[in-house]
Amino acid sequence: MRRGQEAVYGWLLLLPAMALLALFTHWPAVATLIDSMWSTPRARRRSVFIGLDNYRQMLDDPIFWRALVNNLWFALGTIPISIALALLMAIWVNDRIAGRAAVRAAYFTPTVLPMIAVANIWLFFYTPQYGLLEQVLSLFGARAHNWLGTPETALACVTVVAIWKEAGFFMIFYLAALQQISPSLAEASALEGASRWTFFRRVQFPLLMPTTLFVLVNAVINAFRMIDHIIVMTRGGPDNATALLLFHIYETGFKFWDSGYAAALTVVLLVLLATVALGQYLFLERRIHYR
Amino acid sequence: MSARATQDPYAPHGAGWVIESAAAWLLAILWLLPLIYAVWTAFHPAEFSARFILLAPLTLDNFVQAWNAAPFARYFLNTFLLVTLILSCQLVLCTLAAYAFARFEFAGRELAFALVLLQLMIMPDVLIVENYRTMSRLGILDSIPAIALPYVASAFGIFLLRQTFKTLPRELDEAARIEGAGPLQVLLRVYVPLAKPVYIAYGLVSVSYHWNNFLWPLIVTNSVEARPLTVGLQVFSSSDQGIDWSVICAATLMTSAPLLAAFLLFQRQFVQSFVRAGIR
Repeated sequence: MRRGQEAVYGWLLLLPAMALLALFTHWPAVATLIDSMWSTPRARRRSVFIGLDNYRQMLDDPIFWRALVNNLWFALGTIPISIALALLMAIWVNDRIAGRAAVRAAYFTPTVLPMIAVANIWLFFYTPQYGLLEQVLSLFGARAHNWLGTPETALACVTVVAIWKEAGFFMIFYLAALQQISPSLAEASALEGASRWTFFRRVQFPLLMPTTLFVLVNAVINAFRMIDHIIVMTRGGPDNATALLLFHIYETGFKFWDSGYAAALTVVLLVLLATVALGQYLFLERRIHYR
Repeated sequence: MSARATQDPYAPHGAGWVIESAAAWLLAILWLLPLIYAVWTAFHPAEFSARFILLAPLTLDNFVQAWNAAPFARYFLNTFLLVTLILSCQLVLCTLAAYAFARFEFAGRELAFALVLLQLMIMPDVLIVENYRTMSRLGILDSIPAIALPYVASAFGIFLLRQTFKTLPRELDEAARIEGAGPLQVLLRVYVPLAKPVYIAYGLVSVSYHWNNFLWPLIVTNSVEARPLTVGLQVFSSSDQGIDWSVICAATLMTSAPLLAAFLLFQRQFVQSFVRAGIR
């Protein structure tokens, strides 16, 4: 094929996908930035340019700050715990334990269930008095506690749900990577007299680094994206204790219909995600060798 | 079982094996507990939803009540249409784009690819405010295509297929070209059949993602005719009429059942698909 012809073919093949990406990803990202500097159009007032007013409003918005802090705690809770659990699950399932296929299925099951459906189940799990958690705790003589209704415990409760949903999903990537590691490495380090812990720390874990990076990036994105269970279980309450950033955007945009301010909040979320992408590119890609 | 167990000097044995198995099973039971709990509640009368008596009477009443209380048949149809629409469009668009990236040399290719990858970070889930505006301008709010459109050009699908196409030997398509096949025929006759396992993997991942997707459908739909199952379930279980927990649990199981059944039947394919789709 001639060069010019090849270019025409290439772009024609790309065209449908690129057009839709431009319409639903690139343009909205740019439009978010533009709209964040315009006021929300109301019935009698047209949208006017207000510069950085929406961002000033954000600085004074206690719910925004609360949501941001909550989201950081949510991320700090879900990311390390779900990754550590995923690794532990993978190591167990990789060993020849009894009934490993059934165990693996049990770990993975939350991944295929809709978050919205399981959140309903967890809601009941946490219910005061009747919920399973309360019943079990009362056997041990613990005092009644409204887990989702108390600001101090609500965020931890929704974090647990997120960990439960994610860990089995991350497990399968570790499992696949563990099975790639050559058995001769284990034999060699056993000959050297290395303990199992040393073998894990010095051999397995470093070899799993690309997988850890992949899982980490996914976990970070999910920490800023998962709000289905918030909508079902707490609606951001009590007293905004479980409001996350995307949830605040959702409420601002579709409950109060303040699209200008919602756009400004989205910009913050986009900046956070862009930072993750940049960090991955600059810091991690260089330190990890891909196969 | 012994072949690999003897090879791996770090495989647990004796008491270590027992402890590790027990711990793994304990975690597995803990992991299944919410589901077991939901099954218990859904199959027993409401008065047993928080009382665990082995001989409590079983019933299907909760499922009947749930089915009759909301238009679940319509929701199932909507979700089925949605998932089919998204997957079929994704397969076509991603295949074409991946082919261009894998086998054509043209100016701007790298830039275009970077623009595609951007969507891996900035997903449609995050751009709800602007995408809602776009749908409203297009006049298609509250329709199944409006739910599907932002997801149709999937960066993930393009990336996955590009990687696969790149690993296929070029000699194959040169041979096809010598026989007079054009670029599209080469794609259909050589590339698509050889990438079949990847298509299956991507299909499973896409279907489970969109079967379970909630936030965006919640925002763009507000009628029974367009609502998928997830949104329908939420509307049903959050209504103020005081529905029994056991009925909500039944509805919850009902909406998850098709995927769950598919997973249990094709466990190996599911797990392998998710791995194949995730590891690049």
